Amino acid sequence: MNTNDSKCPRKIIAKNLHDLPRSGIRDFFDVVSSMHDVISLGVGEPGFDTPWHIREASVFALEKGATGYTPNLGLLKLREACSAYVKKTFQIDYSPKEEIIITVGVSEALDLAIRALVDPGDEVLYHEPCYVSYAPVIRLAYGKPVPIPTQKEDHFRLTRDQLEEKVTSKSKILILNFPTNPTGATLPSKDLADIAAFICKHNLIVITDEIYAELSYEEPHVSIASFPGMKERTLFLHGFSKAWAMTGFRLGYACAPPEIIEAMMKIHQYTMLCAPILSQEAAYEALQKAETDIAAMRDAYRKHRNFMCASFQKMNLPYAEPQGAFYAFPNIKDLECSSQEFALKLLEKEKVAVVPGSAFGASGEGYIRCSFATSLDDLKEAMVRIARFLARR
Amino acid sequence: MDELLNILKTNALETPENLAKMLNQTEEEIKAKIAEYEKNGVIRGYQAVINEDQLDTHYVTAVIEVKITPQREGGFDHIAKRISKFSEVQSVYLMSGAFDLLLFVTDKDLKNVASFVSEKLATINGVISTATHFMLKPYKNHGILMESHDEYERLKVSP
Repeated sequence: MNTNDSKCPRKIIAKNLHDLPRSGIRDFFDVVSSMHDVISLGVGEPGFDTPWHIREASVFALEKGATGYTPNLGLLKLREACSAYVKKTFQIDYSPKEEIIITVGVSEALDLAIRALVDPGDEVLYHEPCYVSYAPVIRLAYGKPVPIPTQKEDHFRLTRDQLEEKVTSKSKILILNFPTNPTGATLPSKDLADIAAFICKHNLIVITDEIYAELSYEEPHVSIASFPGMKERTLFLHGFSKAWAMTGFRLGYACAPPEIIEAMMKIHQYTMLCAPILSQEAAYEALQKAETDIAAMRDAYRKHRNFMCASFQKMNLPYAEPQGAFYAFPNIKDLECSSQEFALKLLEKEKVAVVPGSAFGASGEGYIRCSFATSLDDLKEAMVRIARFLARR
Repeated sequence: MDELLNILKTNALETPENLAKMLNQTEEEIKAKIAEYEKNGVIRGYQAVINEDQLDTHYVTAVIEVKITPQREGGFDHIAKRISKFSEVQSVYLMSGAFDLLLFVTDKDLKNVASFVSEKLATINGVISTATHFMLKPYKNHGILMESHDEYERLKVSP
């Protein structure tokens, strides 16, 4: 039968995409957008504006005429700056010429990484609750997402035992994201060492999304790529959105062995060409004063975190104290409603937006994600409103 | 600097309850610390930062550069402290460079400032010369912008 027959119209949208659900956040966003005077704890971005010296450098670059393409891999001076920063901060040495690619946010870097590595049917392990795009990106590459649920009682840690339970002969990749969006979990060095041994034993490749690395409140962050023998099998993803409050610049980078960067570059070159030059110039400036900017933001977030946790404690809302990122992930299971219902009611009654935990995978059900990267005034008011909401139930 | 002081510098009205939550301490500990800072003089006072441009007041502020002769046994301190005592004088700083003291003086009109300079300041023994600049418009004061601009609207929910 001719599938172009007008009496039997072909399906327009590709099957693989058709079966892919919309992000739960997107649905919730539509509801919130229709309301006014909402205090939002629902955003996955810093409440700060980008530091002024970075914005000023972008304006200057624009004046100078930085309006063209850059090399596919990104401006060499930026790759050199990233290389130096990663070496100084995480003690991993990457060659700026062949082991680093500048991407449009970590989102693109993740997509490139998955597409460069996954053959149809390959299994990709990742800990859950997790960032919304992991499972869809794997599915778009015809891979099989294998989530590993983590628990509040465990501070959302990922352990070797959990991994051993899920690994099969088809497992190829493990995605790590510590500190974690949405739980604020971090992973102690000892656990990382166990996981590194697990990866070597099963001959896996790690994609480590370290976008929140600078926002670790108790212990300095350690990257899995810095463990012996791991650099060769790790894709280290990082970017400027969180630690420098540059979400709208859309700039990230991937560091990996040359063979993998070369493969990612092929996709990047044919689909994106290069990351925007202005954002690259801004990122270069960001790395010039990295320590001062980051220390100021981390100190502010730590106070916000303490404030939010102390407030939840007063409300008897169970939570695991976030050790990193800028989210708390309190448990609302005792309230006998789904996280979606809770979030909608809270929005309707008190005009506070939080994100239902179910948006971050099945194991996020029963939780809500509350960002503390908002202004202190909003945070105070939101805590008053949530306390009132809980008291009335 | 102590985190407590850092927060109070940004917002002196922050309640002990909120400070306690942010710094993981008890309210009593916070209150005791503040009392200690007040007692030993680290905290010298609390003020509101006001944009006088928005008010119908007609005060003028002058910034005055003053050259002085340092004195034996006291250097610049003696004269600087003496000048500080005038109620018109809001701030006094010892400076490096072409002059010695920088004064911020506020009075109700230009004439009063002029008479303060010519009759009180310039006549002090040890004051060599003065240069008076009148302030026209404040843009930023104590780290706070004097004009608020519309916030660029952010998304209310994002991943």
